[in-house]
Amino acid sequence: MTTKSFTKDALIKAADGLRKSYRVFVPVKVGKFHEFKLFEDGDKPDFEYRKTRKSPKGLIFPQSERMLEYSIDEHKPDHHIMKESPKDYSPQVVFGIRPYDAMSFKVMDVNFDTEDYKDPWWIKRYAATTLVGICRNDLDSKMFATENFSGPYDIRGLDVALYDLGDKYIAKSLTEKGEKALAAMGGNDVSAAELAAIEKLTPDTNAPQAAPTDKIKEKVVNDLFDSTMWEDIANGCINCGACTFLCPTCWCFDIQDEIHKREGDRLRIWDSCMFPLYTLHASGHNPRGKKVQRVRNRFMHKIKYYLDKYEKGIMCVGCGRCVEACPVNIDIRRVCELMNNFTK
Amino acid sequence: MTGYTEKIREAAKRLLTEKKVDCFIGFRKGSVPMVNYPVIVSDPAKADELIWDANCAMNLANYVIGRKDKVGILATGCVARNLVTLVQENQIKREQLYIIGLPCSGMIDKSQVIDKYGDVEIVSVIDKGDTFAVEAGDKTDVLKKADFLSRNCKICAHHNPIEYDEIIGDKVADPETYIKPEDVKKSESMSDAERWEFFEKTFSPCIRCYACRNACPMCYCPTCFVDESRPQWVGKSSDETDTLTFHFLRALHLAGRCTDCGACERACPIDIPVRYLTSRLNADAKEIYGFESGLDPKMRPLLDHYKLDDLNDFFK
Amino acid sequence: MIDKSMNPFLPYPVKIDEIITETGDHSLKTFKLVFLNKEDEEKFTFIPGQFCELSIPGKGEIPIGIASSPTEKGYLLFTVQKMGVVSGYLHSMKPGDIMGVRGPLGNWYPWDKMEGKNIVIIGGGCAFSTLRSSIVYIRAPENRKKFKQVTAVYGARCLDLLLYCDKLDEWKAGDDIDMHVTVDAIKDEETWRPEWHCNVGFVPSIVKEKVTSPADSIVIICGPPAMLKFTMPVLKDVGFTPEQIYLSLENRMKCGIGMCGRCNVGGKLVCKDGPVFSLAELGELPNET
Repeated sequence: MTTKSFTKDALIKAADGLRKSYRVFVPVKVGKFHEFKLFEDGDKPDFEYRKTRKSPKGLIFPQSERMLEYSIDEHKPDHHIMKESPKDYSPQVVFGIRPYDAMSFKVMDVNFDTEDYKDPWWIKRYAATTLVGICRNDLDSKMFATENFSGPYDIRGLDVALYDLGDKYIAKSLTEKGEKALAAMGGNDVSAAELAAIEKLTPDTNAPQAAPTDKIKEKVVNDLFDSTMWEDIANGCINCGACTFLCPTCWCFDIQDEIHKREGDRLRIWDSCMFPLYTLHASGHNPRGKKVQRVRNRFMHKIKYYLDKYEKGIMCVGCGRCVEACPVNIDIRRVCELMNNFTK
Repeated sequence: MTGYTEKIREAAKRLLTEKKVDCFIGFRKGSVPMVNYPVIVSDPAKADELIWDANCAMNLANYVIGRKDKVGILATGCVARNLVTLVQENQIKREQLYIIGLPCSGMIDKSQVIDKYGDVEIVSVIDKGDTFAVEAGDKTDVLKKADFLSRNCKICAHHNPIEYDEIIGDKVADPETYIKPEDVKKSESMSDAERWEFFEKTFSPCIRCYACRNACPMCYCPTCFVDESRPQWVGKSSDETDTLTFHFLRALHLAGRCTDCGACERACPIDIPVRYLTSRLNADAKEIYGFESGLDPKMRPLLDHYKLDDLNDFFK
Repeated sequence: MIDKSMNPFLPYPVKIDEIITETGDHSLKTFKLVFLNKEDEEKFTFIPGQFCELSIPGKGEIPIGIASSPTEKGYLLFTVQKMGVVSGYLHSMKPGDIMGVRGPLGNWYPWDKMEGKNIVIIGGGCAFSTLRSSIVYIRAPENRKKFKQVTAVYGARCLDLLLYCDKLDEWKAGDDIDMHVTVDAIKDEETWRPEWHCNVGFVPSIVKEKVTSPADSIVIICGPPAMLKFTMPVLKDVGFTPEQIYLSLENRMKCGIGMCGRCNVGGKLVCKDGPVFSLAELGELPNET
């Protein structure tokens, strides 16, 4: 474990310096919201940001990504034979990620890297990614704590933690990948006083409160499923995919083929369990044809099925993006509470 | 609009108790500032959950589509116009609706208020009539509502519902003359190339969550063209062509039907000014045909009737 | 299971070797597929009850049960009903065309539990494919002795819609399984008449007649919802427990390997945790099919 100190200006230079050996993604304000973009000449990273509107999950799991390619031109010897599309898996750094977003990759990893099947794109890209994250007491009231994110100094998802001491950052490497990135970042030696200062950092009074989920584990799936609470939860839902697309832990995807002239791509595209098409059978039958069924499935997946299956808490890092963006105020904290307090 | 809440509760309770309606559609106080939760109440005891303020901007007409029961519903000027259009388009029968009309002086534009405060978190927003109180960080400001009205509300020509069974509150003055939206004026002064560039720049950040479509009471197709797979009209990737096609076609499907309620823009999670295209079409409908949607239950929608004096030759 | 060293999204290239139109209305065809690469064929080992994603470049993929048995070497059979975009296109393809197969996917019928027991196989309509695989597998000389009495009931709406008629002839003629075929009705306009006795009646009533004891038995069943709905009470009346009955489910799928999310019933993914579930397991899952 190495520690280094950076002034705020020096941190931007350090991120810039990493571009020699990594593709570096930094938070930049584009229009009204911050988003992660490839650090290029002229970009102004803003490490004081609070939250990106869209989660950075797309850096490892892009909204649409070519998986396979093929030709349907019968004059070609390998026509109709699918091949993996070439990809750039050179090392990348997500510089300035917030710890909850970093944890989201851990939450999703169990879906893509399993005992039986390995998703090659996810695994290679996650392995090639170093997460350098900012720990600061500036979390907002829409956020909440879960087993997968306890507060501003929860560094479990990070490779390097950057502790904000007001006029400077203290960087601490947490993994081998982080050690390597920090070595390339430079920085000053850390004084005993600075070390003591980061030890003393604690979540302030505004830090996110826990959403109540402690009793959900003991509930019977079918009891929760058959509860009448879902009608009330789903009534206002307009069935858009805003929650799922902004969510840093929603991983569901669609597979689509697209042909351009005689050349084809097989694409993986984010999908949403809010869309009726997601489960529609070719016969026309739809096991989740009703809005309430889809809303129930989304919350049951996040708050119950995931919890039971992986024993790693609920499928949520409490970032509050869905709380902020839902046009009709469906608040996952309220759903947690209803599920937690549910009695048959 | 601040005194509406009590009256709404009374009306809902009465209608539900007297079984004049099977359910009542309104808003419950939201858990975060400036967003309220649309609720469908069927138990008279729950009528006390209902509230009204200038943060009730999602369009409740969305929730009547396909209902078989008798529905009580709150309707501002634009929502009432949507209900009329839905009746015209056979999505609900007028007899199924019991409309509580609410003269409306406009909704607060959440996104402008958030912009004003930047990184300072807004704790609460309380509607005070012409003003509203914003508690942000450790201080409270009182802001003029007129300065923060939703963009569609700023140019609203129909603050008062034209169709209702009973009305709550005093009528609000409508503007005397037609106000052309600034965006539309701006786009008219652009060259084709500039307009295309503006269109591309505005809509390409779209993440295809379809919140705009789903928030819209006029987007009720059982299968939207973007979801159709036989044949598949639109690709599903984040390819810009597909994204732009969605917005283009959706807007065209709303020509002569949109009431400019602003729900689409309000629902967009990444603040795309989605109304840009529909307000242009609304202006065309108004300027070319003198038509505004949903004003008269007896009239047919703009695009399903024709007149012998149509502007286009091919109609003659 | 797909070889772990492989990209599980990458299909094996195969060639359509033969297309058999199974039914009079042309709605069901069986596709005989052969691997383009010998080493792929060697890697592809499966157990009856599993399925594959049939992968058509430019159109997409569909999950289809494997109709051939592991004992039938050198090819794979898939019976596909013309239904959606991919199956519709597949029905227009010709022998010699190249496509892909991804699999084998999912779990299988509980062969370890079935060994040494009486087997009851119940199938209806086009869902008979993995049961065809199972019957061929059971009847193979090296396997038959592993099982006691084997009773199969297979029904279709009419004679024209019966699948695998050549196999039905063979199974009816043999004495190693007790094969009962039934149709809802025999229509006058159907000219084909099997040489063997074909029952007339719904699957549940034939089951009631032919399956009389639950002792030491396992049931594997696959068919349309109405058949399942009316057969379950019959099995219950005979005395079968939910632990003795295994069903194969279907749902809309994309990835087939438990990642894309859509095929879940409660916390179980039909593509990976299934498609075969015991009735006891299903009882613990939400009613969402």
